[in-house]
Amino acid sequence: MEINSGDTAWVLISAALVMLMTPGLALFYGGMVRVKSVLNMMMMCFLALGVVSIIWVLYGYSLAFGPDSGAGLIGNFDFIGMANTVGEVEGTIPTLAFVMFQMTFGIITCALLAGAVADRIRTIAWIAVIVLWTTLVYIPLAHWTWGGGWIGNQLGALDFAGGTVVEINSGFSALALAIVVGQRIGFRRDPMRPHNLPIVLLGAGMLWFGWFGFNAGSALSAGDLAATAMINTQVCTAAAALAWIFVEKIRDGKPTTLGIASGAISGAVAITPSCGFVNPMGALLIGLAAGAICAWAVSLKYKLGYDDSLDVLGVHGIGGLVGMIGIGLVATTAVNDAGGNGLFAGGGFDLLNKQLIASFATMAYVFIVTWLIAMLIDKVIGFRVSPEAEVSGIDLDQHAESGYELTDTTSGAFAGVGQHGLSEYLQQEGRDEKHEDK
Amino acid sequence: MKLVTAIVRPFKMEDVKSALEQVGVQGLTVSEVSGFGRQGGHVEVYRGAEYVVNLVPKVKIEILAEDEDAARIVDALVDSARTDRIGDGKVWVVPVETVVRVRTGERGDDAL
Repeated sequence: MEINSGDTAWVLISAALVMLMTPGLALFYGGMVRVKSVLNMMMMCFLALGVVSIIWVLYGYSLAFGPDSGAGLIGNFDFIGMANTVGEVEGTIPTLAFVMFQMTFGIITCALLAGAVADRIRTIAWIAVIVLWTTLVYIPLAHWTWGGGWIGNQLGALDFAGGTVVEINSGFSALALAIVVGQRIGFRRDPMRPHNLPIVLLGAGMLWFGWFGFNAGSALSAGDLAATAMINTQVCTAAAALAWIFVEKIRDGKPTTLGIASGAISGAVAITPSCGFVNPMGALLIGLAAGAICAWAVSLKYKLGYDDSLDVLGVHGIGGLVGMIGIGLVATTAVNDAGGNGLFAGGGFDLLNKQLIASFATMAYVFIVTWLIAMLIDKVIGFRVSPEAEVSGIDLDQHAESGYELTDTTSGAFAGVGQHGLSEYLQQEGRDEKHEDK
Repeated sequence: MKLVTAIVRPFKMEDVKSALEQVGVQGLTVSEVSGFGRQGGHVEVYRGAEYVVNLVPKVKIEILAEDEDAARIVDALVDSARTDRIGDGKVWVVPVETVVRVRTGERGDDAL
């Protein structure tokens, strides 16, 4: 096929939009943690940007989107190191535009996991999570659904932009991680209120904006389908934001800003798999369901005792499930010939069953494999920072930085350059390093 | 000399300051503080999780005064800070041994 310049332009822009979601997520998550761990949270997101990008060009794209190696489970090594991709065409766009677009999906999905392990894990352990989880969980999932694997090709379940690959995947992987890593010190005892809600809202806004690239970009063309996906994204996100704060008003007495931001994300999550298969009224229904159900789901962790700190499961896992099941209910081929008819569109239970099979297979695979990866990392490297470091603040312990300098009265002095600065400074002062807090 | 200390509601700060200026106060120190008294705290809700915030933000005002001015300053503080609701704060007076103006070295009442 020939390259279409309109399609190519839209996918290139979409790749940049989706890339911006990860810094947006860093703000969304960073504002929700306590003041002593904001930098570590944002660092985890930026580390995903760094590490996943390299994995993707070395072997990630090849294993996810290379020709199926036989059983519908994984691709092959045809595109290793970007071999056989330069100057090639995928559909109506350059293959490298597709590689870049898909890379940004891998990055944000991995960064989402950081929300489950806020405030408490060593940076080296997080890098190990990125490498192992992307290789053994994300890449196979991307192949199953979009790369010619069994969900997309044999089963025929529908997932437009990543209800399984991104949302259910991140949610249930996050649950496994949170269980292995364990609770934050003081969970269910100390107040752990968000330290900066304005940046949470800014981050949510950036995610909402970037999601147009995520969903409408997944049409891989600049036409009807992209426009449908875009308006569905807006309608569903808006409906879920309102549904969430409606639940809060009834249950807690006040609509909250964290609630409207969280509701918006839950709606964007739910429309992710469905945006190319439903009409805007279907998107409205999915959004109302997602906002209300996720607003309830985020309280489960306090009852069940797992510390999924920023509710990756409650928002992404459950929101993704709502979207996948929503397809089975309200999808219609009037929107997309390549889609299907859900239960309410006269398609019977056939599509709904397929959606459920794809969802539950994803849940089971990602939970088990992520749990095994996490146990391995905990045994070999060790996840947790010391209790003292966690209580006094992971930013200082892991990065030797603090997020905010809001007064001019902090005491101290310039101590030189390089890692011997502190000991030389203390020597000059005639003090012994051993007696100082480093 | 006396040190007059008052804990008041943050939103009454401007009223208190102009009342003090009217009774001739020429200098004061203000700090943002938090604490609890009979008022108790409030509840905040984040994603359905309720946190009891039991330290309430207040403003602390400190004024150094000559002995004969202290009573008038206390009256001005109490009148201007009152809302008649629980949580209006406290005012107390303690004797002061020495005051020194750093710039000139003046001591005692001259330093006020």
